[in-house]
Amino acid sequence: MSWSFSNDKPIFQQLKDIIILKIIKGEYPPGSKLEGVRELAITAGVNPNTMQRALSDVEETGIIYTMRGDGRYVTDNEEKITEVRNGYLAEKIAGFLNSVNELGLNKNEILGAVQSEIEKRGEI
Amino acid sequence: MNTILECKNLSKVYKNAVALNSINLSFEKGRIVGLLGPNGSGKTTLIKMINGLLTPTTGEITVEGEPIGVKTKNNVSYLPDRNFLPQWMTVGQVVRYYSDFYNDFKPDRASEMLKSLGIKENMRIKTLSKGTQEKVELILVMSRSAKLYLLDEPIAGVDPATRDYILRTIISNYEEDATVIISTHLIADVEQVLSDVVFINHGDIVMCDTVDNIRQREGKSVDEFFREVFKC
Repeated sequence: MSWSFSNDKPIFQQLKDIIILKIIKGEYPPGSKLEGVRELAITAGVNPNTMQRALSDVEETGIIYTMRGDGRYVTDNEEKITEVRNGYLAEKIAGFLNSVNELGLNKNEILGAVQSEIEKRGEI
Repeated sequence: MNTILECKNLSKVYKNAVALNSINLSFEKGRIVGLLGPNGSGKTTLIKMINGLLTPTTGEITVEGEPIGVKTKNNVSYLPDRNFLPQWMTVGQVVRYYSDFYNDFKPDRASEMLKSLGIKENMRIKTLSKGTQEKVELILVMSRSAKLYLLDEPIAGVDPATRDYILRTIISNYEEDATVIISTHLIADVEQVLSDVVFINHGDIVMCDTVDNIRQREGKSVDEFFREVFKC
């Protein structure tokens, strides 16, 4: 089953986000070896060039690295993964805040609304 | 040399129509290129000329630096836009036929793909549906280890699940330094496997760019962008 993509962003950027998310969620565990570019491209249903570009971008964040002649691995540095996860979370929250900004609520109203929504769900 | 295909000032004029109007194109190895344009824009004419089935009115085409001829035909694997298999043969027979014809044909690859699509080798071509015939044809074309694959409307007649299978087949079977040119107007279905696209209209190249550049610049998919450019 190929991965799904939205229409408004370049595919390599979306691939980058999906791969980072899979590492954060532990779907690709720390220290594990990633599949080759072509295998990953087939799984995702995308062009191998695009996958190559996305992987290079993920590599720049430091959560995967290349072993020459052997392929790519997820870092076993869990602090690094936590750091990237926090960055991801901050980005999502910033997006959320931007989208509710136009309601003109103050800080406490937003915090209160988030709090009560979480309580309503019991667990997230 | 990294260029696989080059077209210089290429024109094709039929009796009373200009099919291609002095186009220039150049593609590197290892790309999957979408040749996109409305009906009658010149896509098939271009593919047939690269393939040596039509002769240019003016201009030149080279594949790996060679002018079109016997040598380039060894490197080019072509899927026509209409059914071409001998109707009286069985699937197994056409596989052997291809095997005899092309040195670079990999019969194992063909058998494996036929099996995974549930097409039996003892079935006769004329008993297959139009869509299944298209699948067999694409399998034959992709089972060659060519340098350049020219696929003219490869997914037009098949169901969406098979489309996905075919696209995966294309990604997994082209050699790393081979280039695939896919002509189609079903852009949404192929967009994510393409690296580059060429928009062609009334015999002119309207645009030639990478999919990522277009998405980045336009903030929309190539499919949406196409609908805008070619709005009727």
